[in-house]
Amino acid sequence: MKALWITLTFIVFALLLGIPVVRIAGGAWDDGWSGFAAGLSRPEAVHALMMTGLIVVIVTAVNALFGVMLALYLVRAKWLGTQLKRIMNSIVDLPFAVSPVIGGLMIVLLLGPDTALGSLLNKAGVPIVYALPGMVIATLFVTFPLIVREVMPVLQEIGDQQEEAAHLLGAYAWTTFWRVTWPSIRWSVVYGVVLTVARTLGEFGAVLVVSGNIINKTQTATTLVYEDVENFNLTAANAVALVLAACSIGLLLFMEWAKSRKAS
Amino acid sequence: MHVEVRGLNKKFGDFQAVRDVEFAIGKGQLIGLLGPSGGGKTSILRMLAGLEKPDSGDILFHGRRVNDLPPQERGIGFVFQNYALFKHMTVADNIAFGLQVKKWPKPKIKERIAELVELTGLAGFEKRFPHQLSGGQRQRVAFARALAPEPQLLLLDEPFAAIDAKIRHELRSWLREMIDRLGITSIFVTHDQDEAIEVADEIMIISKGKVEQKGTPWEIYKNPQTPFVASFIGESTVIEDIASLKGFEAAASWPGTKGLIRPEYIEVGKENEFILLSATEAGRVSHVHFRGSEWLVEVQVGEIKLVTYRSLEKKVLQPGEEVRVLVHRAYLFNDNDNWVMENKLKEDPLPVHI
Repeated sequence: MKALWITLTFIVFALLLGIPVVRIAGGAWDDGWSGFAAGLSRPEAVHALMMTGLIVVIVTAVNALFGVMLALYLVRAKWLGTQLKRIMNSIVDLPFAVSPVIGGLMIVLLLGPDTALGSLLNKAGVPIVYALPGMVIATLFVTFPLIVREVMPVLQEIGDQQEEAAHLLGAYAWTTFWRVTWPSIRWSVVYGVVLTVARTLGEFGAVLVVSGNIINKTQTATTLVYEDVENFNLTAANAVALVLAACSIGLLLFMEWAKSRKAS
Repeated sequence: MHVEVRGLNKKFGDFQAVRDVEFAIGKGQLIGLLGPSGGGKTSILRMLAGLEKPDSGDILFHGRRVNDLPPQERGIGFVFQNYALFKHMTVADNIAFGLQVKKWPKPKIKERIAELVELTGLAGFEKRFPHQLSGGQRQRVAFARALAPEPQLLLLDEPFAAIDAKIRHELRSWLREMIDRLGITSIFVTHDQDEAIEVADEIMIISKGKVEQKGTPWEIYKNPQTPFVASFIGESTVIEDIASLKGFEAAASWPGTKGLIRPEYIEVGKENEFILLSATEAGRVSHVHFRGSEWLVEVQVGEIKLVTYRSLEKKVLQPGEEVRVLVHRAYLFNDNDNWVMENKLKEDPLPVHI
């Protein structure tokens, strides 16, 4: 009986996780190295990967900065009322609860070319929707809770006495943060950043809605795979997917390492 | 540093934590803030440090108002109850922190660390991290870190609360010695009266956010100003009907007056142990407990139950034994007043002049 369950678990695991990865890897080499290289060196593939990379860099930087700041305020700030803090705390989780597609749609509805704000920005030469800024905003929305949720419990656990001790020894906020708070939350931030990068690499729904998936303009790696599959360009789709999968596995390994550092 | 506080008030929501607190502390004194938990002692300390803003009132250091000075600028050493050591820094780095922040030159920092490590008996532990130290050692690191930038005022919040009883005793006398040697004005918070009495030059009794009394331990013990202080300091039994005790009949002329009697106000023994037998009451021993260095004797006098100590050198009393009880004095109080009354019968009624 026990053996049966174990076998079953392995089969499900293999079906769900193992075989698709192997299939993608295999598919990418259907036409040998040249097929893989051709799939990746297409101008639209290069552009899409660049686009994804750019979004990863911007989103991670912005979220790391504001995520840590928001976590600090939500845990430490005395000038925020308890009630307000509680409301803000639940709003942080909103992106977890809302489907990314709906998140993207909200941005289109708020900042799309047909809206007052959107057209105004468009005239000023800063298009939001169907352009990079909109895609960044959509991804920010989706990934926002990740760092906040990693850092907040650590801040709560260490308490504010070490910071008070630093203040009494003459250290102002900036010094106190870098010399006392940061060393304690460092690995949680790293962990949160890894999660953010992974989520950003794989983001599809919100970006698809906001970007319009315009080739060589607003196409990211995931939306390119989607389009390649639609066009039965399977080898190329597999090649791009394999790059994404390799990045994810690399991140996964890094994440395990960060987790062990965080625990110590 | 001379510290003065005037009309200090602090509310947390609807809770009045500190109420019209006023006091002045002379330079070099060691003051204990003593009182029950939640009485506002720590709030007062935190306001002195600048970690909490008073709702009203002034805090003056050397006659200068410091209310608007941030904690960074007050020049205060603070030892937290749980030490709040920087847990990712070594002992030496913890001590150096305040000096680095103040931009002391490196050789001077090194010198100061060596000095403090020596002073606090932490030599050899400089490279250790806080989690590698015992409670008493952490306490000393916290102390060294607070002293490093040469503060003029040292504040200690329940400094010995987290240390086991035996070490606590050693640390107390160590702290007393250290503060005497440095001559630094110090204020510490405690809920342990033995600690306050043993260590402090002066004690401030604080209850419900108010200073009940300030004075030397002996003054407070001998002459408590409020019933709260009388019952909080030392051990005591409150007696509703104090006038029924021999020698205290006069208390009946103040209706509603109660008496408070400490064990050390009472002598208990056989008839031959007293010179002035006429001043004693008849009583019956109800319980005796061995207390390590003396007997604790519970004795019933009429309706009143009294508690006292008896030397181990004297004859051992047995429960049920008839004894004589001499009450030397009682602390009397009613709604308006309080005073100490001596046993009237102790003045020899038939003085013999030779």
